Amino acid sequence: MTIITFVQPSGSKATVEVTEGLSLMEAALHNGVEGILAECNGAAACATCHVVLPKEVYDRLDAPEDHEEDMLDFTTADRQPCSRLSCQVSISEDMNGMVVHIPGE
Amino acid sequence: MQTVVMIGAGQASLACAAKLRSKGFDGEIIIIGDEPNLPYQRPPLSKAYLLGKVENERLLLRPQAWYEKEKIELLTSNKVERIDRSNKNIELSDGRLQKYDALVIATGSAARNLPLSMTRSISGIHTIRDLADIERLRPELDVAKNMVVIGGGYIGLEMAAVAKGLGLEVNVIEVAPNILGRVASKETADYILKLHQDQGVQFHVGEQIKELTGEEKIQSVVLENGKEIRADIVVAGIGAMPRVELAEQADLEIANGILVNELGQTSDSDIYAIGDCACYRLQNGDIRLESVGNAIDTGELVACNILGETVSYEPKPWFWSDQFDMKLQIAGRISTQDCVTVRDVEGEGRSHWYHRDGQLVAVDALNAPRAYLIGRKMVLNGLSPTGEQLANRQKSLKEIFESL
Repeated sequence: MTIITFVQPSGSKATVEVTEGLSLMEAALHNGVEGILAECNGAAACATCHVVLPKEVYDRLDAPEDHEEDMLDFTTADRQPCSRLSCQVSISEDMNGMVVHIPGE
Repeated sequence: MQTVVMIGAGQASLACAAKLRSKGFDGEIIIIGDEPNLPYQRPPLSKAYLLGKVENERLLLRPQAWYEKEKIELLTSNKVERIDRSNKNIELSDGRLQKYDALVIATGSAARNLPLSMTRSISGIHTIRDLADIERLRPELDVAKNMVVIGGGYIGLEMAAVAKGLGLEVNVIEVAPNILGRVASKETADYILKLHQDQGVQFHVGEQIKELTGEEKIQSVVLENGKEIRADIVVAGIGAMPRVELAEQADLEIANGILVNELGQTSDSDIYAIGDCACYRLQNGDIRLESVGNAIDTGELVACNILGETVSYEPKPWFWSDQFDMKLQIAGRISTQDCVTVRDVEGEGRSHWYHRDGQLVAVDALNAPRAYLIGRKMVLNGLSPTGEQLANRQKSLKEIFESL
């Protein structure tokens, strides 16, 4: 199991324990983390699961594919250097202890 | 408010239940579903799931543990027999009587079937709606060589794309003069038609079916023009009907679906309807949408109103479809009289923009995610670039957006 902390725009935190292999979006939904709407349930069609990763994790991952790249440019909250759609990020063991920020509108 | 009961265990009920809890409601929440599974996503059924790209478990909207944690009682494989409005309870198929303070009907829609006179008792004829439909279809799909899809709507076209991808010969029959006739513009329909034709899908548009042949198993589909098309599998994608029977039996008002006001209340103010089955009566007419986005929106709306708020429904239609390597994303709602602007710019994809009375009302984005997101923002915020501005290939969409 991997432990991940989601931080809301208000600063409130939720720390959850999740199974490797799930997406970061699923981890948020399964644990009732607010702010991750995921209206398309992970089809990279809606851009409502925007998160900001820690830089060291972002750098370790494969770069976003073109489709995600384009979606990120027009999410509700402005894109930041380490923004990703959480439905496209698969959880791995080396993310244990990661702190993920949910950007405000 | 002690007990909220929901009939139907899909996306809409789940959104409603989650919203009730996130707003601090600590009464009883009971969700009753007639399928054996935990609530799951339907869109992948005709897409990635059928190709085996999504495992069963990941189809679930929430894991079992979530329901326990949120204290949501989920009764699966359980049918509601009737609603007793005077005593405010419902009767379940296992005989149990369940009281409610607020009742939410989220029975969804059912696939329309081909007439029995045509299908008789021939096997190999399918509709796509539930997980069980897919489980029935999949083993047949593994051995089939020829699929005939009846109906050129989204479900039919998604099925055609999946089957073609699996190497089957695919024929699509559409009775109307165009595919996607009621749901897309001619421009979008033509683009999608070409995409399928390029992949080798055969179309028979404007054609009536005379008969299905086969003794026990389907063998062919015969058109009125005499053409006979071989078929090992037939998939009918000829539309969906709102499931209104329970509401009808309970003497609730029915229109094109279970009629509700802008708050989501039926003609009985303790009973609400959400998702595909609900027909919202608004000032400018009735609206009933069949989409995930709408299931979530109406589910959350009704959760707020059950808790005493008065939030009015504002439809925010959006939709997506995956076919071959194309992702179609639609924001807004077109009508056949809308004025269409085509924008096709290298690196940006193709998009079709719709104006009604000079106002931008919808966008279809074909492998053009930026166009979808920008278009959605424009439509929701009432921003309206002209067709001329949108057709300008020298300006990026971002520049057009920022100039408004």
